[in-house]
Amino acid sequence: MLQAGEWAYSETLKEHFMNPKNILQGENTDDFDGVGMEGNLQCGDQMMVVIKVDKDKDIITDCQWKTYGCASAIASTSVLSEMVKGRTLDAAFHISPKEVAQELGGLPDHKIHCSVLGDKALRAAINNYYIRTGQEDKVKQEQVKVVCQCMSITDHDIEDAVLEGARTYFELQERTKCGTVCGQCKDETEVLLAKFKHLHFGI
Amino acid sequence: MKVYFDHNATTPLHPEVKKEMIAGMEMFGNPSSMHAYGREARANVEHARHQVANFIGAKENEIIFVGSGSEANNTVLSLFVCASSQCIPGSKRSTIITTKIEHPCVLETAECLGHRGVKVKYLDVDRYGTIDLDQLARLLNDNVGLVSVMMANNEIGTLQDIETITKMVHESGAYMHTDAVQAVGKVPVDVRKLGVDFLTISAHKIYGPKGVGALFVKQGIPYCPLIRGGHQERGRRAGTENTLGILGMARAVEMRMVEMPEEEERLLALKQLLQKGIEERIDDISINGHPTESLASTLNVSFTGVEGEAILLYLDLEGIAVSTGSACASGSLDPSHVLLATGVDAELAHGSIRFSMGRETNLQEVEYLLDVLPRIIKQIRNMSTAYIKGGLHATSR
Repeated sequence: MLQAGEWAYSETLKEHFMNPKNILQGENTDDFDGVGMEGNLQCGDQMMVVIKVDKDKDIITDCQWKTYGCASAIASTSVLSEMVKGRTLDAAFHISPKEVAQELGGLPDHKIHCSVLGDKALRAAINNYYIRTGQEDKVKQEQVKVVCQCMSITDHDIEDAVLEGARTYFELQERTKCGTVCGQCKDETEVLLAKFKHLHFGI
Repeated sequence: MKVYFDHNATTPLHPEVKKEMIAGMEMFGNPSSMHAYGREARANVEHARHQVANFIGAKENEIIFVGSGSEANNTVLSLFVCASSQCIPGSKRSTIITTKIEHPCVLETAECLGHRGVKVKYLDVDRYGTIDLDQLARLLNDNVGLVSVMMANNEIGTLQDIETITKMVHESGAYMHTDAVQAVGKVPVDVRKLGVDFLTISAHKIYGPKGVGALFVKQGIPYCPLIRGGHQERGRRAGTENTLGILGMARAVEMRMVEMPEEEERLLALKQLLQKGIEERIDDISINGHPTESLASTLNVSFTGVEGEAILLYLDLEGIAVSTGSACASGSLDPSHVLLATGVDAELAHGSIRFSMGRETNLQEVEYLLDVLPRIIKQIRNMSTAYIKGGLHATSR
């Protein structure tokens, strides 16, 4: 008979969950140059990322965080805070959820959506830094596009549904109700479905 | 220290059950065979049927052994899609009433029946998880064929007044089913007193083996098997009997009869101690479920600002097993449908933990839990956004 198996998570993830790195102590963020927060408690995940920046070199010197969420949410913010230190703002801005998941030694499919908020919060913190330092021209907004007009479903909603397990148009519709009224957005939705499947899962 | 606070998920085999099953391993005959091997198996299956019937005040011919509580529940609800005159609806009474807090094996079967033309109505519950009898009275009419209400809820432990509900249901001419998987063996269950037509039992929730349960079907009630193609269980459930499982179930039931009466008081004292300890040592918590009409073994608590899966896994690292109503732990997007039905806020549902105790749970284990839990909640809250300025319910998505 086999003994208790390992958790559904990798050893790296477990280590970051057991000993999270760079937790922001207390709630004072005055010492930091940029603050970003994403998600909400109703959905079960919320993350805040704060950064210190070397203003001459545009390099992140410190990154701390707080997270409300499950083990993979906690571990992914922890590992992200380690990854960004020493990176330029531009390089940090382009960290993808996939890189975070790879750094964690992989995530179960249904947990990938827990790791997408950390990098979003990081980008919000970087944008916040640009605003605070009068560099509004560098602020990059996350582009949101409404794909399904009837049900008001955006490309982000489709990306989230893929991260949460949708693999076919039908599964996407079950999760988002996308294209369930007039159906005119079907072609565009299928292109996005293929794109996000490839981006996040390499399929 | 390893402690198990997840008895509503499943229970360890009772040592007596284990003994009985080890001895029973030698028995391999098919109860349908006429030779000595078969007769040995048959004798044991029928003895078990007697024990299970006796335990809930039924007759032997009213007990059907099945593969699980889920199978029993599927069987009862599925009586409704058959158009044959043998079956309940007789085409006219084509509405099922159930509740919003049933086990998924009832809810998903009901949903599926909905796709096949059966009308399904769901009763609301109040903040304690108790159904509204006035709403039931309003919904009962000539079209209702079956009402299915669980006796004890698996997540919050709330007990329903099945006796009163059954009277109302019978007055309207419908049949009554109760999923009593979490109730049987924890509170007294007598099918005659309750008056129900169908009742579901599972062995592994009461220190018996997994893969075996029983469905009580009152004599004379129309019935149609879900699994066909054999004469087993008097044609009511095809498939060679799980003899070893049935043997174990019978022993589990026997041991419940001996141990249950004094256990409830002991567990209630432990539950009160646990609840008091949590209330005294941890801020910002709320208790889910009914304060009195509830299983003595089940305590469900919501912790503000922490996510349930994180609590579960930090407790697992300390050797403590619990379960959570958080969405993350289940792999779905929504937190516990039971807690949401009671009106608990989604955030608090994500942070809910169920502690379910059993016959071996003792004071030392409760004290150990009370020792570890406050530290873990504090640790998670320290890294949570919920307690920072602008954090609580802040939305930026």
